[in-house]
Amino acid sequence: MLGYYLDLAVRSLKRSPGLTALMILIVGFGVAASMTSYSVFRAVSGDPIPWKSSRLFVPQIDIWGPKGHSDGSSGNEPPEALDYTDAVALMRDHRGKYQSAMYRVSPSVVPPDPHMHPINVGGHAVYSEFFSMLDVPFQFGGAWGADSDAQHASVVVINSKLNQKLFGGANSVGKTVNIDSKDYRVVGVLDNWNPKPTFFDVVNTGGFTTGQEDVFLPFTRAIDVGMGNDGNTNCAEVPTGSGFVGLQQSSCVWIAYMVQLDDKAAVSAYKDYLDGYFRDQKASGRFNWALNNRLRDLPAWLESEHVVPSDTKISLLVALGLLIACLVNTAGLLLAKFLRRSSEIGVRRALGAPRMAIYVQFLVEAGTVGLSGGLLGLLLTWVGIHGVSWVLPKEIASLARVDLSLLALTLAIAVLATMLAGLYPTFRASRVQPALQLKTN
Amino acid sequence: MHIQPILVALRRHKAGTVLIALQIALTLAIVCNALFIIHERVAHISEPSGVDEADLFVIANQWGAQYSTQETVERIQQDIATLRQLPSVQEASAANSYPMRGVGWDNFITMQPDQRAPTSDAAYFTGDENFLRTLGVKLIAGRDFRPEEVQNMGLRQNVATPVAIITKAMADKLFPKGEALGKTFYAMTSTPITVIGIVDVLHRGDVSTWSAPYAGESMVVPIRLAVPSGLFYIVRAKSGQLAAAMREAPKALYAENRMRIIDPKDGLLSFAQVRHRAFERDRGMAILMGIICVVLLAITAAGIVGLTSFWVGQRRRQIGVRRALGATHRDILNYFMTENLLISLGGLAIGVLLAFGLNLWLVTRFTLAMLPLTYVLGGVVILLLLGQGAVFAPALRASRVPPIEATRPA
Repeated sequence: MLGYYLDLAVRSLKRSPGLTALMILIVGFGVAASMTSYSVFRAVSGDPIPWKSSRLFVPQIDIWGPKGHSDGSSGNEPPEALDYTDAVALMRDHRGKYQSAMYRVSPSVVPPDPHMHPINVGGHAVYSEFFSMLDVPFQFGGAWGADSDAQHASVVVINSKLNQKLFGGANSVGKTVNIDSKDYRVVGVLDNWNPKPTFFDVVNTGGFTTGQEDVFLPFTRAIDVGMGNDGNTNCAEVPTGSGFVGLQQSSCVWIAYMVQLDDKAAVSAYKDYLDGYFRDQKASGRFNWALNNRLRDLPAWLESEHVVPSDTKISLLVALGLLIACLVNTAGLLLAKFLRRSSEIGVRRALGAPRMAIYVQFLVEAGTVGLSGGLLGLLLTWVGIHGVSWVLPKEIASLARVDLSLLALTLAIAVLATMLAGLYPTFRASRVQPALQLKTN
Repeated sequence: MHIQPILVALRRHKAGTVLIALQIALTLAIVCNALFIIHERVAHISEPSGVDEADLFVIANQWGAQYSTQETVERIQQDIATLRQLPSVQEASAANSYPMRGVGWDNFITMQPDQRAPTSDAAYFTGDENFLRTLGVKLIAGRDFRPEEVQNMGLRQNVATPVAIITKAMADKLFPKGEALGKTFYAMTSTPITVIGIVDVLHRGDVSTWSAPYAGESMVVPIRLAVPSGLFYIVRAKSGQLAAAMREAPKALYAENRMRIIDPKDGLLSFAQVRHRAFERDRGMAILMGIICVVLLAITAAGIVGLTSFWVGQRRRQIGVRRALGATHRDILNYFMTENLLISLGGLAIGVLLAFGLNLWLVTRFTLAMLPLTYVLGGVVILLLLGQGAVFAPALRASRVPPIEATRPA
């Protein structure tokens, strides 16, 4: 029976090719616009580490008190990052399963080949647990050990791109890299790890950048050699001391921090620890305001940092609005199309077709329009996703992809939405009075 | 034209009427808000920088070696001298940042050292006595820095500057009663800073939304930033020689000292590129909203044509009867035009509410500005014209239905 209805639908659609083409175009454009925006939204709002994000936490301590929110821009939020004193204290106390303080660096690397110019690289100064906490994959070697943190060792983990540039992609573990005029021993080479957003340090990277994470070196070593931070430095007051050391002694915040806590008990224990830390500091006279700490898990943290650009959300919303407008339009056209065939419906009903049969017949027709619109939509979505790089910044546009789930979703939305739009016209068609129709003819 | 019969006829096509009206309402709501977003972005994109954009370019310089502050100062002076010697270069200056860089330094500004809520958050530029001249910024009051005022500042060093040059926008914010020259303020400093000069416009380093309340508020202090890990050489080419200067400058710098890094990707940017990069997001959003507007308007027009054509086809007999009873071509044309006008007006009435509703939602969720009434009125006019334009062809076809149709079976 379905095959017969399909045949009927195709015949009916062929009878008014203009109207049919119009409906298919409308559905196609509506679906493509929303799917293109959705693909961008999906790319930037996805969970960067889905298997673990609920176990990763970002601590915040209100070290500035009321004067830190005096301009009213941040509400009652404590600073987004940690100052040096607290970051080091939290690392020393070591209350999480894994944890790492980190700050962004942008040193220069002098290639071993004397004919090459020095190159600028990006990266982070981290603790050894960074790699196991974030399940960072290695191509060669591995992370440095906790002993290297303690010894402030000159070791480095580089990414495969830098390894390609410096060592031609060979296993470079044990080789030496000159970073900011000092030698570091390579202990590991990353295996193409470049998560978007750069969730481990959104404060200093903004989440989406075209910047690369080329080098990771021990936090303790970077502090020793005075490797300056390349990211945001926020101060409630100007540091009294000078230089990078002055920054370390100040209350300026510039260090990102992440801790892994595996269960509820660990989370509440850590929260207690963090609150206790604040109270101790308050008791020692450092703060004179109320406790105002935060311990957000990664998804909540990314949300509070507004990592997903609001433009992306607005575009998605407007595109969804466009889809709805398209569906209303399609509903109107389907209504016109179906009711024009009142006499045909009258004949079918008079010959004994139940209302259900009329329903199925017309929903099949709507679905056929939807499927055709969906196929056009697929094509237009593909064009759209390749076209967004002309319109959106590269760091965002390059993340949007066409994949199987997007294709399936596009088709499903086109068919379902069009059938939904056809529901009322079909209902009207099924209400056609056979006697009346037969009489007027 | 009698409206009554049209309303009666519409009552017989309730569903179709409601669907067209709803379509128009949705279109109005989306188009108004999209046009408003476009307008805001375009206004942002066309903000004046205050600098001589046609002849400027910027080199982001970093050294491969770790120099002391004194060594860095010498390198900078040597580099600036090298740049100045180029035949195509007019002027060069070293700075911590430049207008529209995308990010930048900023300091809270207070009028008293112990003031809690800051008066402003100004963009903070460090520049020497050539900074303003190189950028081509217009000094409207006071004087430029003197060479002996310029102090060196190493990495995160604290340097108290007794003087600053500020923009007119900042002067107006800090001293609303006028006469900013000679007055003092604090920029997270313990000592006061005296305003010695006022420039007309100098755009902030950042172009973010957070700094919108402080738009155009920039200050320049007489400091030569001397950090080996990076600073910017702002170079002004002789008129019309930008391309030549941009070719020669990096070559000359590398020839002088090859242990430096000028990023091949974005180490060398003309100001046109700087502007292009700074507003990439805004331009993208404006284009996207523009595309959506066009598609939506096209779809709405197509929908009106489609449904009206259907109605005309359905009513051929009635039209024939009216023609037979003496209605003119014009009467029939007017009938369909008026019918569309009535539906459009109904849809637009709902659309105005929807438009403000959508805007209110965007305002609360994404801190957009309030939609001005003119946009809604503009949208109403656009959609009325669109509706009338779309209905014209089917209405014209209807008016050509011959009276003989009255005698033919439907």
